[in-house]
Amino acid sequence: MLTYVIRRMGLMVFILLGVSVITFSMMHFVPGDPAEVIATERYGEEITTETIEFVRAELGLDQPVYIQYFRWLTNVLRGDLGYSFRTDRPVLDEILTRLPATVQLALAGMLVALLIAIPVGIVSATRQYSAVDNISMFGALLGVSIPNFWLGLLLILFFSLYLGWLPVFGRGGIEHLILPALTLGTGMAAITTRLIRSSMLEVLGQDYIRAARAKGLKEKVVIYKHALKNAMIPVVTIVGLQFASLLEGAVIAEVIFAWPGIGRLLVDSIFARDFMLIQGCILFIAAMFVLVNLLVDIFYTYLDPKIHYEAK
Amino acid sequence: MHDLVTKIIEGRRPLTEVFRRLKKHRLAMIGAAIILALVLIAVLAPFIAPHDPIEQNLEHRLLSPNTEYLLGTDNLGRCILSRLIHGASVSLQIGVMVVGIAAFVGVTLGLIAGYRGGLTDELIMRIVDILLAFPGIILALAIAGILGPSLYNVMLALAVIGWTSYARVVRGAVLSVKEKEFVEAARALGTGEARIMFRHILPNVMAPVIVMATLGMAHVILAAAALSFLGLGAQPPTPEWGSMLNDGRAFMRSAPHLTIFPGLAIMVTVLAFNFLGDALRDILAKA
Repeated sequence: MLTYVIRRMGLMVFILLGVSVITFSMMHFVPGDPAEVIATERYGEEITTETIEFVRAELGLDQPVYIQYFRWLTNVLRGDLGYSFRTDRPVLDEILTRLPATVQLALAGMLVALLIAIPVGIVSATRQYSAVDNISMFGALLGVSIPNFWLGLLLILFFSLYLGWLPVFGRGGIEHLILPALTLGTGMAAITTRLIRSSMLEVLGQDYIRAARAKGLKEKVVIYKHALKNAMIPVVTIVGLQFASLLEGAVIAEVIFAWPGIGRLLVDSIFARDFMLIQGCILFIAAMFVLVNLLVDIFYTYLDPKIHYEAK
Repeated sequence: MHDLVTKIIEGRRPLTEVFRRLKKHRLAMIGAAIILALVLIAVLAPFIAPHDPIEQNLEHRLLSPNTEYLLGTDNLGRCILSRLIHGASVSLQIGVMVVGIAAFVGVTLGLIAGYRGGLTDELIMRIVDILLAFPGIILALAIAGILGPSLYNVMLALAVIGWTSYARVVRGAVLSVKEKEFVEAARALGTGEARIMFRHILPNVMAPVIVMATLGMAHVILAAAALSFLGLGAQPPTPEWGSMLNDGRAFMRSAPHLTIFPGLAIMVTVLAFNFLGDALRDILAKA
């Protein structure tokens, strides 16, 4: 177990290094001379060659690439992600200010997804091929296919503009959270429902379930006490891995509902061509994603003692 | 996913058998019919669209659906139906191009990694690991954002992130196929490496790739529409469904049809590919 965790951590460090190389090189794909682009973004259109050279020297863009990368990496490790051109605030501050909003939205979205997926998945599995099962599986396919940006707009159209029940945008009380969370949670609910169903079906076919039934246990006890517990093991991983789609969805939901989170910060910074901020957001999001995956993996080994990672 | 791939490969159903089962699968047939209709619409767009998709007619702006404009007009007086019809070809082209490039690159690298093993395998798969460490759309968003908003950059970004899953699946499949007797036989006969990889192994690992590519069409069309919706993809006046939705947002109160129809078009298209892809997976995986 410990060896596995250590190996997994080593891999994580390697992946994070790779992530940093990709994020770093992004800046070098900016069309044109990065120093000139940055100088223009910062000081306006009328810039002199001296200004451009000043920016080049200040950002170290006149150094060889590997020195630039090394310097950048050292700064990043110290928590210095540079400054936003637009607001002149440290990139890390900008990100951390927005973090709670995104976390809140992601948790709410996940809650919506699980509230839908767990009951529907269980019912579907226990009544395989029944009308209920067919309808929920069709609904799940619909849920995967519906564009979340469209769903968000439809929710606004119906609940905010037509019925006038919920606010259109912004962050505030719980009423502000409902529509964005629904927008975010639906797609995940669809995927999770299908997983819970197939996981339950697999468990229900096992010998120990037959044994439990043969003992004369009530069907409810068999399903909720014996089957569900075991069916949840793969679901935990998947829910953890869904974190990526949750982050992706958050970008859309945050833009539609003007939710002040990291996703919206990223999109705003892209349109403002605020490169340091783009770079910072991507690095932060990827690092978060890698960490969550690691935690899920480790948690998984605790949940299922049958898994021996050393053997792998 | 790996179990599924093994199942699909072990299943090795003949093509005729797959078609026979596919024909009996109701959702698959609905999906295939919708896709066929979309292809026809895309090809025949110039002939069947009632109006010019980019011609502005400010006298007719924001009209609700009526007999002349069946789905109404947008804020510049353009016919929504005509724009949706022309948009079909935009979305399908994006899907085919991105999936084609991603699958080609992914399958080739996966084959090489799985067959060669060793350092080559290690190198390719670690790059895959690193790219998969980014949530896909967010990396695409950043790439498209840094290169500047355009449809080509969105396609490029989606291809850059898309090939990894093909490589991973194909590599896994190759690992199980390359130990088979027929590969050994080919090797014993002195067949060249490239020929073994592409003529002997490749056909045997294509089944999961076909499933992935079908589901990938759904995924790519959705992702491209999302990026266009955010303003990074198709630029005006291209009639792209995602950007049409974005344009319609400002008029949601007065002209909800601008929001409803393009979204419906995206959903139906994505649903069709998901229907077909899901059915293919079930049929190919059933031992």
